Amino acid sequence: MSLLQVRNLIVEFPTRRGTLRALDDISFDIAPGEILGVVGESGAGKSLTGAAIIGLLEPPGRVAGGEIVLEGRRIDTLGYEQMRHIRGRRIGAIFQDPLTSLNPLYTVGRQLVETIRTHLPVGEAEARRRAVSLLQDTGIPAAEQRIDHYPHQFSGGMRQRVVIALALAAEPKLIVADEPTTALDVSIQAQIIQLLKRLCRERGAAVMLITHDMGVIAETCDRVAVMYAGRVAEIGPVREVIHQPAHPYTAGLMASIPDMDSDRERLNQIDGAMPRLNAIPQGCAYNPRCPRVFERCRQARPELLAAGATMAACWLHDTQVRP
Amino acid sequence: MNAAVNTVNTAPLVVAHDLAKTFDVSAPWLNRVLERKPRTLLHAVDGVSFEIERGRTLALVGESGCGKSTVARLLVGLYEPTRGGMRFDGQDAQAAYVSREGRQLRRRIQMIFQDPYASLNPRWLVEQIIAEPLREHAILQDKDAIRERVGELLRSVGLSALDMAKYPHQFSGGQRQRISIARALATAPEFLVCDEPTSALDVSVQAQVLNIMKDLQRERGLTYLFISHNLAVVRHVSDQVGVMYLGRLVELADKAELFARPRHPYTRMLLDAIPQMHAVGRARTPVQGEVPNPLNPPTGCAVHPRCPHANARCSAERPVLTSIGGVRVACHAVEEGRI
Repeated sequence: MSLLQVRNLIVEFPTRRGTLRALDDISFDIAPGEILGVVGESGAGKSLTGAAIIGLLEPPGRVAGGEIVLEGRRIDTLGYEQMRHIRGRRIGAIFQDPLTSLNPLYTVGRQLVETIRTHLPVGEAEARRRAVSLLQDTGIPAAEQRIDHYPHQFSGGMRQRVVIALALAAEPKLIVADEPTTALDVSIQAQIIQLLKRLCRERGAAVMLITHDMGVIAETCDRVAVMYAGRVAEIGPVREVIHQPAHPYTAGLMASIPDMDSDRERLNQIDGAMPRLNAIPQGCAYNPRCPRVFERCRQARPELLAAGATMAACWLHDTQVRP
Repeated sequence: MNAAVNTVNTAPLVVAHDLAKTFDVSAPWLNRVLERKPRTLLHAVDGVSFEIERGRTLALVGESGCGKSTVARLLVGLYEPTRGGMRFDGQDAQAAYVSREGRQLRRRIQMIFQDPYASLNPRWLVEQIIAEPLREHAILQDKDAIRERVGELLRSVGLSALDMAKYPHQFSGGQRQRISIARALATAPEFLVCDEPTSALDVSVQAQVLNIMKDLQRERGLTYLFISHNLAVVRHVSDQVGVMYLGRLVELADKAELFARPRHPYTRMLLDAIPQMHAVGRARTPVQGEVPNPLNPPTGCAVHPRCPHANARCSAERPVLTSIGGVRVACHAVEEGRI
């Protein structure tokens, strides 16, 4: 059974000039222990999907339809207090900037102990023992001493390790990691990704890894969902999505990434930009930029269709009506 | 005139010689006196030398805090070097920047910044933004001529001349960065210093901007200093690559050579650290350790605490950039043939 099921999720932002639909009918599953990558350009809705799952949508944003089911229990309808117990205990969160996730006024030890004691029935001494062992697991040297230090006394990479320790403190089954390495230097990024991968495997935690870096996705994830303009454009196993993309957007995205293997004089570019929420084109949202557009794309919106090993929201893969 | 141009063409357009910039980051005077704190100096750039030939691109790569942006600011005259300097087209740039000739030089050297949301004045029309350098340098006076040139510049970066009547907020990130490029091109410069010009952009948009930059270089014979932390982008745009670490160049080589045969252990580390799209599920050995505090840099070679090949000499003696097999490397292990 799936650990997390997202079904037809719709997130809307009511504004004075009408309601903006930021996520439009998103569905996907995450299996226990699986790493699902969510990739897309800024504004595609990937962070919003993560925020909806952990129940931290910024008002006036709200879930306007669909459901989010965690371990067989619907969580999108829970109140603030109930959701507080889910967060941390069932779903851990890691954000881009470790400084905003940590309270600068408390030592990292106090923050870890507080998290552990909020969610698990253990005493102060036991919680502290666990906190030290967590810091050791995340590769922080001299954890016994470092536990009494404040966040500003850690470097960026070390802070992100502390944040990972915090996310794992109450042994959640799902980690939502939103751009966990974007603020870090390349040489540190690899360390953090590898750490996250190892710890989640050891603890059997599934990960929803939100990033714009296709390289990180390729190395880390089992499956990947490509998002465009608030919808899932393609979802499937990482290898297939990268090597045989079924959606023209995925193909364009892959070709526009400068890579280390080829010597192309010009990069493939996707002309134009992602539409704004108040100007999503009719039919397929990608149709004005798509090199393979045909009449049907301008009229009707495609749902996810089977396309080889992946699922793509593209009329090219409709077996009923061939273009 | 022609003869003069020819002799100039054979020499590098930009020569940076022993560039250094030290920032005083000491505590305020009273604190220093009361708490007996010494002065603290940050050596952001410490003796960087390179040449860029006309029409070519030198990329500087390195992690944050390695001094690459400081080098950019030194070259365009936003900072005054503590030591060393730059010769531009045979002329001492630092001397020129403080004299009356500075204006003329600034016309020939322009800069593109990282964040197109911060570098364009939100209250100005695009026309004013691009026309400012034309007016400032008195290149064009006539209103209609200015407007026509602004239209040409916009078209040269793939925008429409009609876009001049809009404000920056009406454009996406990639379009804004193209407006910055159009503004930088307004004075018809020869040398463009680009400080992370695509780091704030999405990949598909990054491709648009990089393609335009390459096209413009080919059409106008522009010379670029391209600063980036992304080695894949650097591999795409540059002719030569300089790798920086804690304010110094550790390796300077032709692009093909650097990517095929990286010599310096730090360069190898950086190359290994890039996640590869085409190696699904590949396990890597990540670089160990972190960038040291530049206020308290390691003795000897700055890389030695993270280097697998370091020995006693590396922790005691600082290696200098020496030419080894056509590549300039600052590493004892490479020099001694240990790696």
